Amino acid sequence: MGRITLNNITKSFGDVQVIPPLDLTIEDGEFTVFVGPSGCGKSTLLRLIAGLEDMTSGHMEIDGRDVTDVPPAKRGLAMVFQSYALYPHMSVRKNIAFPMRMAGVDQAEQDAKIEKAAAALNLIDYLDRRPGQLSGGQRQRVAIGRAIVREPAAFLFDEPLSNLDAALRVGMRLEISELHERLETTMIYVTHDQVEAMTMADKIVVLRAGVIEQVGSPLELYREPRNLFVAGFIGSPRMNLIEGPEAAKHGATHIGIRPEHIAVSPDAGEWAGKVGVAEHLGSDTFFHVHVNDFAEPLTVRAPGEVSFRSGDTIHMTPDIARMHRFGRDGLRIA
Amino acid sequence: MATKASQSAARLMMAPAVVLLLGWMLVPLITTLYFSFADFRPLRGVFEPWIGFDNYERFVSSSSFWDAVTTTLVMVGAILAITVTLGVLLALLLDKPMFGQGVVRILVIAPFFVMPTVSALVWKNMMMDPVNGVLSHVWRFFGATPHDWLVETPLLSIILIVSWQWLPFATLILLTAVQSLDGEQLEAAEMDGAPPLKRFWFIILPHLARAITIVTLIQTIFLLSIFAEIFVTTQGSFGTRTLTYLVYQRVLESQNVGLGSAGGIIAVILANIVAIFLMRIVGKNLDA
Amino acid sequence: MARAASTGAKIGWSALAWAIGLLIFFPILWTILTSFKTEAEAIASPPSLFAFDWTLENYGVVQERSNYVRFLWNSVIIAGGSTLLGIVIAVPAAWAMAFQPTKRTKDILLWMLSTKMLPAVGVLYPIYLICIQLGVLDSKAALVFILMLINLPIIVWMLYTYFREIPGEILEAARMDGASLRSEILYVLTPMAVPGIASTILLNFILAWNEAFWTLNLTAVNAAPLTAFIASYSSPEGLFFAKLSAASTMAIAPILILGWFSQKQLVRGLTFGAVK
Repeated sequence: MGRITLNNITKSFGDVQVIPPLDLTIEDGEFTVFVGPSGCGKSTLLRLIAGLEDMTSGHMEIDGRDVTDVPPAKRGLAMVFQSYALYPHMSVRKNIAFPMRMAGVDQAEQDAKIEKAAAALNLIDYLDRRPGQLSGGQRQRVAIGRAIVREPAAFLFDEPLSNLDAALRVGMRLEISELHERLETTMIYVTHDQVEAMTMADKIVVLRAGVIEQVGSPLELYREPRNLFVAGFIGSPRMNLIEGPEAAKHGATHIGIRPEHIAVSPDAGEWAGKVGVAEHLGSDTFFHVHVNDFAEPLTVRAPGEVSFRSGDTIHMTPDIARMHRFGRDGLRIA
Repeated sequence: MATKASQSAARLMMAPAVVLLLGWMLVPLITTLYFSFADFRPLRGVFEPWIGFDNYERFVSSSSFWDAVTTTLVMVGAILAITVTLGVLLALLLDKPMFGQGVVRILVIAPFFVMPTVSALVWKNMMMDPVNGVLSHVWRFFGATPHDWLVETPLLSIILIVSWQWLPFATLILLTAVQSLDGEQLEAAEMDGAPPLKRFWFIILPHLARAITIVTLIQTIFLLSIFAEIFVTTQGSFGTRTLTYLVYQRVLESQNVGLGSAGGIIAVILANIVAIFLMRIVGKNLDA
Repeated sequence: MARAASTGAKIGWSALAWAIGLLIFFPILWTILTSFKTEAEAIASPPSLFAFDWTLENYGVVQERSNYVRFLWNSVIIAGGSTLLGIVIAVPAAWAMAFQPTKRTKDILLWMLSTKMLPAVGVLYPIYLICIQLGVLDSKAALVFILMLINLPIIVWMLYTYFREIPGEILEAARMDGASLRSEILYVLTPMAVPGIASTILLNFILAWNEAFWTLNLTAVNAAPLTAFIASYSSPEGLFFAKLSAASTMAIAPILILGWFSQKQLVRGLTFGAVK
């Protein structure tokens, strides 16, 4: 079980309030991702949940139990750190055993759990090595193993993939998702990478300057971003945001249209512009198109290999049904 | 990592070190300050608790004070000049590719680990002795009359001895700095057409400036309190009496504690002027 | 990348470096060699470098005359005791400063270092007086305590820089894993800090061993360590060059060996981290 409730919590460092009053509920078994640009308070929020930082005010419950003043170890949470934080002087086996050793679990049970975790994480052959002798991905798995054996109420991940190279990151992303499906334990995962957030989360919490901008499933955030910030943050490549007369035509201060929701044609369309840079990915082609009257170039996606070239004039038509409109206050107009 | 419980534990853990050092600094310093305003000559049973600034006036106006200041400045200045100059050259040399680099390094560093009394005595008797010293043998070998180092040029002799002791320190720190120089910078300078001497002047020396400053400051602090080397060689005679040695003589040898304490306070003030500069550099480095 | 140097250049540099290295080391080498000569050979002119009858008699004479072993023992106790006491006091302080830094941590650290800059003569008489009052003049305990205080700033500083290299996340992980403060320090921090603590002990042992202001001024007979033992040879007496050499060799040999292991720590410990 692991239902985590944050009630009106705040955090200040000295005079600086980094988390203004914040409420959030994370349901049992949910995979929740905190996402936001660096410095948005997502790591601080995770550390408050872990108990590594004191809350300045407010309180927190796990499964109805008030844990506001409970030290980190007694909250029943396990954490996987960005640097993995493995104990360099202990073997993999000892690393994984450490939390059980601290809890006084008897040796036979320790061994059984280590074997099980090692088998699940492909670490059987590495149990007697030191962390220094492992690759980044293996270290990551040891850190996860150390968390699993505690059978925590919830797992906390602090940007766990940011130290891995791109190829490994995709693999580990899958592994963590599979782990979640298997264990069905609550997981809270912090990242600045919206792709990780979109692919892994049941629920995304978008943070900016300690304030929750929006909470929702990946597709909710994709389809109906609540404000300009979320619109710009979720989705890759970014949503095109257009202001001025073009937006006014649609009764908004800003309109937003995703690159994939613009149809491209060589001869007819609502907007015309000159192709700047073309990025050929094979499966898709992205064009940066300079349109007169628009402050910034539009990004548009054409499926497959399309042979427009830099300097060509192309015509584009947005899918009005998927256009987002935002008012003067930056909020979505329904 | 900032929870209330861990922070109060931290304060408790720092307490012993802080309290001890605070006591070590304040108790004797305040006592010295107190004595420096007193006429206190324990051997004669004189103790008059307040005579104003008399001790300071007497100490500063005596010719021995100014001689001591001159001696100190010459000694510290010369040792700094020798150790830093040779240290830079030696550091550059040790950075070159060579056979047995590790052994050479050890040979160069060894003098630093010789205790001050030993190095002073070894130089006095084994090297500089007018009859049996190695230097005398060398002088004779070249047909010259051996030089009686500690009698004829006592200040120079002590400068040489202490320079020998501190050269390893300067070399080691400057070598660390030399090794941190980006090789590509030198290659870029070479591509830009700078000959070796210019590369030294425009690239290497500016890179070493910081390390040189630090070596200078740290050595100054230690050199201002040179004691054992003078104690076992000249006992402060023949113009080798530094400020430190003068204060020592006033306090412990002639037991004029009031006068010596005034001198001690002056030495503390002088050392602090150097220390402020050093602390500023160290402090900046802490932020980085 | 440095280019591979030509062999010729390498030989040239090696010859120069070895010549200078041997020149610098020569006084030590000469002292060690002389300690194995007879007094007569020690004053032979011209002196011989290696071609003499090697003898150990000087070592026996030195031990007999001044009981070298007792001074050695005093040095070991004073240098070892002050270093270990300093470590015991400094480890918690450095731990706190490295892992629980506050706004004042930096100031405290700098202040501690600044006490190291206090010239000894400025506090000589009060310390002397306190030792007399407490009846601990010429006692090993007083020197252990005073040398501990002198080196405490360096010990705290070195430990602090070593501890800072230990990532805070590892200690947080231990805390999440249920380790108490005690087990955190015992099972996680200490094993990781052992190399740093060992280097700190080494360098400060050397510094305490070679300290020659307080050891000369606060000891007479009972507590005198090797620094004072050697100082007793400062007035020449008859033929004593070989004996002086033997005494000197014995005083510096243990520390020369330790010193060679501590080159790197020397830079860290004595520059207060200002040169890396």
